[in-house]
Amino acid sequence: MARAVTTRTKAINTAVAWTLALVIFFPILYTIITSLKTESEAIAGFDLIPSFTIESYIAVQTQNDYFKPFMNSVILAVGSTILALIVAIPAAWAMAFSPTKRTKDILMWMLSTKMMPAVAVLVPIYLIFLRTGLMDTRIGLTVMLMLINLPIVIWMLYTYFREIPGEILEAARMDGASLWNEIVYILTPMAVPGIASTMLLNIILAWNESFWTIQLTTTNAAPLTAFIASFSSPQGLFWAKLSAASTLAIAPILIMGWFSQKQLVRGLTFGAVK
Amino acid sequence: MMRFANALLCASALSMLGTAALAETLTIATVNNGDMIRMQALTDDFTAKHPDIELNWVTLEENILRERVTTDIATQGGQYDVMTIGTYEVPIWAKQGWLLPLDNLGDDYDVADIIPAIAGGLSYEGKLYAAPFYGESSFVMYRTDLMEKAGLTMPDAPTWDFIADAARKMTDRENGINGICLRGKAGWGENMAFLTALSNAFGARWFDMDWKPQFDQPAWKNTLQSYVDLMNEAGPTGASSNGFNENLALFQQGKCGMWIDATVAASFVSNPADSTVADKVGYALAPDTGLGKRGNWLWAWSLAVPAGTKNADAAQTFVSWATSKAYLELVASKEGWANVPPGTRTSLYENPEYAKVPFAKMTLDSINAADPTKPTVDEVPYVGVQFVAIPEFQGLGTTVGQLFSAALAGQMSVDDALAQAQSVATREMTRAGYIK
Repeated sequence: MARAVTTRTKAINTAVAWTLALVIFFPILYTIITSLKTESEAIAGFDLIPSFTIESYIAVQTQNDYFKPFMNSVILAVGSTILALIVAIPAAWAMAFSPTKRTKDILMWMLSTKMMPAVAVLVPIYLIFLRTGLMDTRIGLTVMLMLINLPIVIWMLYTYFREIPGEILEAARMDGASLWNEIVYILTPMAVPGIASTMLLNIILAWNESFWTIQLTTTNAAPLTAFIASFSSPQGLFWAKLSAASTLAIAPILIMGWFSQKQLVRGLTFGAVK
Repeated sequence: MMRFANALLCASALSMLGTAALAETLTIATVNNGDMIRMQALTDDFTAKHPDIELNWVTLEENILRERVTTDIATQGGQYDVMTIGTYEVPIWAKQGWLLPLDNLGDDYDVADIIPAIAGGLSYEGKLYAAPFYGESSFVMYRTDLMEKAGLTMPDAPTWDFIADAARKMTDRENGINGICLRGKAGWGENMAFLTALSNAFGARWFDMDWKPQFDQPAWKNTLQSYVDLMNEAGPTGASSNGFNENLALFQQGKCGMWIDATVAASFVSNPADSTVADKVGYALAPDTGLGKRGNWLWAWSLAVPAGTKNADAAQTFVSWATSKAYLELVASKEGWANVPPGTRTSLYENPEYAKVPFAKMTLDSINAADPTKPTVDEVPYVGVQFVAIPEFQGLGTTVGQLFSAALAGQMSVDDALAQAQSVATREMTRAGYIK
């Protein structure tokens, strides 16, 4: 029987939820507000009312072309996500439906690679990229982003696949479905919410990745993270311009997140309630 | 006729292919400073003169740029053909063989015209390894109206005692006026740039001739105690978080009586578009204490060619264009003399048009008052006025800067900060093999 929720409890829950949401969203909101200030207003102190000038946006566009790094970000985020799914779906399928004694260890090992600070492997990766001609190429960076996000993608898909009853796949096999057909026609359609949310999360992670995208690019493959980094100045006020560049950089992913929030929440809570 | 036309077409295509094959692309790494951004906007002049050279710009935050460029140069990556570096890196990288000597800058370049103090900081074993794009020292910027109100007259070459006295008299907490604004934010290029330069005036030094740290000597105690006391009495609140940009904003908003910082700041504080006190700013040399050295630094953002480049000749052609006399005239013709990159060429300061810029003479005098090869009162084994040109200084300078910033914030005493600085510096210098 469902527990009765009083109006007072509802009000408290709503207030807490809104407060939390505002706290989480506030840095982004303040970035947008700062982008609409003059440089002297931006550094003057905390103030939520900007003068609503767009001079920083004009300065940002005059100084750097937004379109090229934007296109690079799109290609890198989408490309690395597709590549990661191609590798991760069979891997997660194998671990979810044909587990061995070492499956858990393999999963833990994959996750442990995320615990290492990226800078620890900077020099070897840098040298590999140099020697193989991958430096400052979209292909090289797409592979790199795919590799660094692969453990999370496999983990997420593994969790979703575990929720799918193995008997359904067995029934398909009984009906003569091949392995390929089993994955493509039975498993994948059933796991669409999970795959979609994994895809969205991976796009966000790849879009925001700033260490490798700055270290392994110069001009050709530099995405929006490098675009933002170019607006910090050691001598001269830059906060408003930096905020304008950041707003332009996060706007596409923010809009995408807004429109796909139902899918994201559905996927992220998939299997949470039984 | 048809055959002739085909032959002509083939020849044209081959010629186009040849031009494309001959075109070189230079990748230039730089910081986001006003003068650098202006240079990017003026590169049409360069490409018109050198249509066979294309330019790609990589603009990054100073620390990211340093990290990227260091990784690339240490691995001989060849990602950059021209890089913007400072006077700290040049002698260290030249010694490592990471930079090409600039010996092909052209007949009309006039190397002898580069201000000697700047050229000295960019040379190693007598060879120039970077060409200065703009040079700077530090000096006192002060509010003429507040100085007058305090009943004082700023001399061209003030003492530290005068500065301290004036700061206390100019302070007006009720009206939000701080007598003096100085750097407090921790970092080898932030508070330690100011404090190391100031310590030279107090007779202090980082190391003696045996590389033994000197923070346990009275001269450092005098430096740090005077600075902390003055900032507590006449400085802004939260000064331990203030760097160049924070103090610039305070001064522009009329909240500082004096500000001792980079000479390049003069063009910002005197610009009426951004500064509320643009017409009330005076300039003076950084203070001394009568020991023969002033508390001003020397720095030059410079263009260098890494040894790993595949386009060395084209890179030197670009460096020559960007640091030439003709470039200064180009900027003057487009944006006025006040916006010309300062502090690089003697001839600029002999130009009667540039002499009209109010801070021009004081900038040159400040640059000339700094000697990176003899920065301190007592002899030292290193070069560098506000830094020590050894690879270990970035890390060590920042650690000591954190201790001094903590002393300013009141989180530890001056004595404790100096004792810890002495201990850390001794450990690091021993570990690095300087102390036997």
